[in-house]
Amino acid sequence: MEKTDKELREAAINRRTFLKGATLGLAATALPLNKAEASFWDAFFQKHFTEMNDAEIKKVLGRLEKEYEQKYNIAVKVGAEKAMPGVLFGYGLDLSRCIGCRRCVYACVDENNQSKDPQVQWITVLRFKKGDKWIDLEGSEKYYNPQEVPEPGYFYMPVQCQQCENPPCVKACPTQATWKEPDGIVVVDYNWCIGCRYCMAACPYGARRFNWAAPKRKPGEINPNTHYLGNRPRYKGVVEKCTFCVQRTRNGKYPACVEACPVGARKFGNLLDPNSEIRYAIEHKRVFRLKEDLNTNPKFYYFFAYGN
Amino acid sequence: MTTDLIKYFFLALWQVFRGDKKYYLWLAFLSIFVFLGLYAYIEQANRGLIATSMRDQVSWGFYISNFTFLVGVAAAAVLLVVPAYMYHFKPIKEIVLFGELLAISAITMCILFIMVDMGQPLRVWHILPFIGKMNFPRSLLAWDVIVLNGYLAINTLIVFYSLYRLSQGKELNMACIGPLILLSIPWAVSIHTVTAFLYNGLSSRPFWNASILAPRFLASAFCSGPALIIIIFQIIRKLTKVVIDDRAIFKISELIAYAIGLNLFLLSAELFKEFYSGSIHSYPMEYLYFGLHGKTGVVPWIWTATALNITAFFLFLFPRTRENFKTLNLACLFVIIGVYIEKGLGLVVPGFVPDTLGEIYEYFPNRLEIMVSMGIWAVGAILYTLLLKFSIPIYTGQIRFGTPEPKE
Amino acid sequence: MGYSKVFFQLIIVLTLSCFSLGSALAEPAQEVQKKFLVPPPPLSPGIFPCSQCHQFLPANKKPRKLEQMHQEITLKHLPGGWCLDCHNPDNRDTFRLANGKLVSFEESYYLCAQCHGIIFREWKAGLHGKRTGMWNGEKQYRLCVHCHYPHDPIFKPLKPMPAPIRPADIK
Repeated sequence: MEKTDKELREAAINRRTFLKGATLGLAATALPLNKAEASFWDAFFQKHFTEMNDAEIKKVLGRLEKEYEQKYNIAVKVGAEKAMPGVLFGYGLDLSRCIGCRRCVYACVDENNQSKDPQVQWITVLRFKKGDKWIDLEGSEKYYNPQEVPEPGYFYMPVQCQQCENPPCVKACPTQATWKEPDGIVVVDYNWCIGCRYCMAACPYGARRFNWAAPKRKPGEINPNTHYLGNRPRYKGVVEKCTFCVQRTRNGKYPACVEACPVGARKFGNLLDPNSEIRYAIEHKRVFRLKEDLNTNPKFYYFFAYGN
Repeated sequence: MTTDLIKYFFLALWQVFRGDKKYYLWLAFLSIFVFLGLYAYIEQANRGLIATSMRDQVSWGFYISNFTFLVGVAAAAVLLVVPAYMYHFKPIKEIVLFGELLAISAITMCILFIMVDMGQPLRVWHILPFIGKMNFPRSLLAWDVIVLNGYLAINTLIVFYSLYRLSQGKELNMACIGPLILLSIPWAVSIHTVTAFLYNGLSSRPFWNASILAPRFLASAFCSGPALIIIIFQIIRKLTKVVIDDRAIFKISELIAYAIGLNLFLLSAELFKEFYSGSIHSYPMEYLYFGLHGKTGVVPWIWTATALNITAFFLFLFPRTRENFKTLNLACLFVIIGVYIEKGLGLVVPGFVPDTLGEIYEYFPNRLEIMVSMGIWAVGAILYTLLLKFSIPIYTGQIRFGTPEPKE
Repeated sequence: MGYSKVFFQLIIVLTLSCFSLGSALAEPAQEVQKKFLVPPPPLSPGIFPCSQCHQFLPANKKPRKLEQMHQEITLKHLPGGWCLDCHNPDNRDTFRLANGKLVSFEESYYLCAQCHGIIFREWKAGLHGKRTGMWNGEKQYRLCVHCHYPHDPIFKPLKPMPAPIRPADIK
């Protein structure tokens, strides 16, 4: 029997109402509609970091500090120190010294509040067999786990964000959520990143990490001295990476990895200061940078301290 | 005039709710997948993208594969048929509309695939110019947002304008819509070129950083898009009063033959370059076709795709098989699946394997990703069905305004 | 006549003052001893000052294997050498350089620098060894012996920290 127009219309209306109701119900569970989550709307409408004036930034920092305190029950300080004038940070890594002990990796994890579960580590240490081809990195091993390092016949090379002067990630980011600061550090605004991961595809050094899940770190493990563009606790769905410990280096301190290295393989300083140790390394040692053929112009210099 | 327009629109829209049992069954069937997809997406939204198989080493996967394939379909849908306006090839001229509707559905699916792939979808407004902080012109993704949305707008305008005129029994006013139709042709090329460029421009991924990528994209789009159209046209022909000449279908299939030929040639050019030069940059292709360090997960897929494409090429090449609907439909199915694999996972995964630090992570979409993707395909199918349901009565003359009641 | 005497004296005074001024301003031929901020030397507890025992013991300068005290120390450094090549036989609280100069335990790097000159030069520049502190300010060095046990200086292997979790195992 053919349905009358009326019956069809009613069926259509019923289906429509159901769909509408279900969608609204779902949406309501997702959107915070009560006052206590007003900070959600502040966060939603927050402007791009470089477009905020100092007063607005201060407000944002205050809101973030409150959020972190609510979440972790400890007082977290979020700073926004600007780049020091006349400073361009450079990093040196002495490959003749690195023993692959990974103390830098874990020092970084603790200094920069990286998620423990799922595990996020900004520094990757690669192991190469002596005599094997290594410049293409394809023969490297990341998951080595011997009793002791260094193992005879192998050498080690840590890789982290190279803070390129011509960064392909900055070029790729569709929302300008990542940019290069005047002191040469490439930073990410965790409140602006949309999580498209184009920058991760663009990075030739595998330096960027994505928060596939909400980062988990115990409140007792939180480093409370943070920077807005650096080590403040991040969110699910945003990209993060090494920032040369911006919270430390903009206050004159060495990055955590430099201080953690037991063999002194890591060097750091101001490339514009002719007396810095990084300049000494560049001028006295034979330095190279990874994948220099890509013209990314990284500021992470590898060298071998033995020899002139 | 505007109130009339709105009135006519709703009158025509009413047709969407007046279908036979097959129509509602089809929609209900698709809705199941939509709900499954929504359910899976909610889990992903709660847990984060960790619910997928993507990880830092392979940070793009099934969603972006589908996106890339569908951009090709969207481009081809218009590219194939719009020039018919220019060449007045009558059998095709009349069905340009259905190609454009397919383009609209495909672009909608593309946008949905991007939305489910984002880590922070609520922040999507950050990508807009002026309101957000679009990185134009440096970021190819920003270009992609502009061209894809522009393409959607152009096609929607053309379609609804055409339907409006058709519904009044009038011809299209070429002075009005002509420039837009003309614009849609290079714009269709550009959407796929820009998508190719966003892969192409990354020096960090040698598998993608090949000049041949943009031509390959266009060639493969011309294979799969028209094949999909052929199948859809046969369905439309069967289920509605629309008349589609066999000649139109055979002409399209002839074009597909040339497109597959070109696609295979470009593929062999790539294979030669990688395997003959044999530099370290050939490792992704080695992984794809032969496996690397014992990791052979993708190998059976790509060989299947290649076999399907080559078979389809011969089926399309010879008029005997091309003009026999049994073999024609088989060939269409082969080429669609072949290009879907080759341009989908066969493009995205080798770009990330080995990764920039030499690691191999074998990515396969997991159940959740497949459910979400099927949900989005179902949304696209529903949208296309509804658009057809809306347009066909107008196209066939069933609905004409100026008469008091739409005839049954 | 008196004038020429005065004139002569004036010349001498001027010349001498020029010399002294010049020598004060000129670059010293040898490096000025800079102060390097280092933590205290890592001595075994109770062992320092060495003179608390050795002021009563006559110095036996015959190279031999020690039997009564410090016998646990096997020298794997300076092949063919022995204890008193570095330790000062006349005052065990100091080291003795090849030119006879004495060096305290707090500045033992001068002793190592005698043979490891290139490393010393780089250590001073901050390129060798660990330095902590301020990259644009005061830095704390370490003594050579803080990382290299002087009697067996080759760096000992360490236990590495755990390998990262594989992506397939991240759930």
